[in-house]
Amino acid sequence: MPENPMSETTALLHARPMVPQIAHVRRRRHDAPDAWTLELDMANGERFLYAPGQFNMLTAFGVGEAAISVSGDPAEGPLIHTIRAVGPVSKALTQLGAGDPVGVRGPFGVGWPMAQAEGKDVLVVAGGLGLAPLRPALYRLLGERARYGKVTLLFGARRPEDILFRHEVERWRGRFDIDVEVTVDHATDGWRGNVGVVTTLISRHDIDPSKTVAMVCGPEVMMRFVAMALMDKGLGEEAIYLSMERNMKCAIGHCGHCQLGPTFICRDGPVFTYARLKPLLAVKEL
Amino acid sequence: MPEASSGASPERYVISVDGLRALIKALRARGRRVVGPTVADDAIIYDDIDSLDELPCGVTDEQEAGRYKLAQRGDDAYFGYAVGPHSWKKFLHKPALRLWRAERKGDEVTVEAEPVEPQNFAFLGVRACELKAIAIQDRVLMGGDYVDPHYKAQREGAFIVAVNCGEAGGTCFCVSMDAGPKARQGFDLALTELTSQGAHEFLVEVGSPAGAELLAELPRRPAASNDIDAAEAAVEHTAASMGRHMPEEDVPALLMRNLQHPRWQEVAQRCLSCANCTMVCPTCFCTSVEDHNDLAGAESSRTRRWDSCFTMDYSYIHGGSVRPTVSSRYRQWMTHKLATWHEQFGTYGCVGCGRCITWCPVGIDITEETQAIAASEKA
Amino acid sequence: MENLERILSEHRFFHGLDKDFLELAAGCAKNVRFDAGQFIFHEGEAADQFYLVREGRVALQVSAPGRGAGIFLTIEPGEVFGVNWLVPPYRWVYDAKALEPSRAISMDARCLRNKCEADHNLGYEIMKRLMPVLIERLHETRLQYLDLYRSHA
Repeated sequence: MPENPMSETTALLHARPMVPQIAHVRRRRHDAPDAWTLELDMANGERFLYAPGQFNMLTAFGVGEAAISVSGDPAEGPLIHTIRAVGPVSKALTQLGAGDPVGVRGPFGVGWPMAQAEGKDVLVVAGGLGLAPLRPALYRLLGERARYGKVTLLFGARRPEDILFRHEVERWRGRFDIDVEVTVDHATDGWRGNVGVVTTLISRHDIDPSKTVAMVCGPEVMMRFVAMALMDKGLGEEAIYLSMERNMKCAIGHCGHCQLGPTFICRDGPVFTYARLKPLLAVKEL
Repeated sequence: MPEASSGASPERYVISVDGLRALIKALRARGRRVVGPTVADDAIIYDDIDSLDELPCGVTDEQEAGRYKLAQRGDDAYFGYAVGPHSWKKFLHKPALRLWRAERKGDEVTVEAEPVEPQNFAFLGVRACELKAIAIQDRVLMGGDYVDPHYKAQREGAFIVAVNCGEAGGTCFCVSMDAGPKARQGFDLALTELTSQGAHEFLVEVGSPAGAELLAELPRRPAASNDIDAAEAAVEHTAASMGRHMPEEDVPALLMRNLQHPRWQEVAQRCLSCANCTMVCPTCFCTSVEDHNDLAGAESSRTRRWDSCFTMDYSYIHGGSVRPTVSSRYRQWMTHKLATWHEQFGTYGCVGCGRCITWCPVGIDITEETQAIAASEKA
Repeated sequence: MENLERILSEHRFFHGLDKDFLELAAGCAKNVRFDAGQFIFHEGEAADQFYLVREGRVALQVSAPGRGAGIFLTIEPGEVFGVNWLVPPYRWVYDAKALEPSRAISMDARCLRNKCEADHNLGYEIMKRLMPVLIERLHETRLQYLDLYRSHA
């Protein structure tokens, strides 16, 4: 994971891993009916370095802390997080405005397999808000385009108005160096695009299993069935990567909450191969 | 971390009861906070010790699944009991610890990390199983990519006086977990209480230079061969009187291939999900965090406190618990302790101290549960 | 007729079907086109055609008062829609509407049913091709039903 050994952010993270560092909100955007994006700048003036797929623990002072994937461009720009308001902490985070302070601990976790994907076709499959943790990977794929083969994004959302980063997805769709297919679970009159689950897009899509890497993110049920659909297309378990989520309190492998079988999601994940996950996902309430 | 030199036989001495008294005094004179066993609330717990008189002299414990009772011994042994509801994690991995404070002035927030305050502990009476438990928590909290600075501060300064058990506790199974009863490493000094030869003495093994230095201040004599024999006999007697044991086989593999075994439903009929076992277990390390703030919103802080995988909140995500049933939570605890811990940290999480068996209100026995699953495969 | 056979054989649904069966099936088939926005059939009408999409996109939808039309599936080229022709009472249970200018093969349902009844081997070939479509749709419908992307707030 990219760490500048000279950076104060990194040094403090290791010296006091449970103490947040201060960042300020540069801007807040409303990216989907229940999702807001915060653009942050570290108070110490350093650029926040991270790998696509990693996450931070964000503190809403006075409320609490939550694990949120980084959803920006690792190569440039502010530190970006897309947050869905589902509990008191995420709600408080989505209500922050320009200038407000936020606590940041991170980056944590194993991210998307960008190195393993070099020279290969990359199939990115996103469901709902799962596009947010995948967006840094897409920026990397498009930003260093020559390193990768065919790049495809298959994106399933709930309804047309729930399509996350819609304008950006439309722009990607207009490019010649990436294939973008979008579908929604249901729609009303006025939507002329695909309707159906995202697994339908997979069965329609042709891949060369011998040189494809898949990166999948979305609700766990969706990821399970997407993995199955990808395997039906001949893709091997080792070539399918999922990003998992569990309850997190420390993100440093000390609190025990994020365990899935023998893995700590914060430390061994959140990105895992389907080969690693398959036996774990097969046991209910593991 | 003090370790006995492997291979070479450690130096051994004998001290009297006065010597033990002097040991405690000498530790306190060095500014150490001495913590050891003492009687409180009808149990032998670990607390600050001012002098030898506070130790449970002539007291023993009677333990069985779901039962704990103190009783009078026929002698004046100072360590004539097994382990109680406390473990040393109470001091190394504090039950409640403030992590940081934040102060808000308008849009500006400043965060102040809670200063690390080494307590300069001296632990008196650490059993072999507990030494192993401490080493296990060392691996979890200091041996990964991130180090817990609070644990580290208490741990690195701690002086450890171990005690070799002269009798097996009612629920002990350290032998089958390869965690005792002999203290082998991780101590500065190790005592074996000798009351069988007329005099009341302690065989002392030196485990570190710091231990040797302290011992040099105490009245002592070199150990004679009969002292050493008596000490070894005591430990052997303890090892031979274990009341329970884990099955001989590959327990991690056994449990991981039986994740859907009906025994999990069966134990869930009895388990109250009360979390006692996790509280008393010397290796359980799970914590949670809580944010607090004053009414004006100007000051906030975060506290870390012990947590348990038995609570419904523990695995809460997306509107519900990943483990909503008692059976899945019991399975999580037991498979973590005996199976997945291996993959995570290279050892068992269990040291066979028996606390979870003793302090379970319904007397669930982790060895019995494992035996039941193993037996069902042979049936 | 020959041209229709070729067109049928090129459609994914009939891929690999015996030449004799193709000929039989082609006897029930005709080419159809739809304009964007054109309804192909309405809920309640007699289900008397089986459609194989060649070009464009077709929406399957159900209308509810106060809610307008709810599209639950879109059909792409190479796919099929309309299965109620198979079972009595042979009635459509949803609307089908072309979202774009579309071309399809339309197969007369009674003709196809009669031919399958007369030649069970043809019948079995048709069934073998329809069952995977139905099973896949059932699975997808269940996933849609779970509403996986909804917020848990």
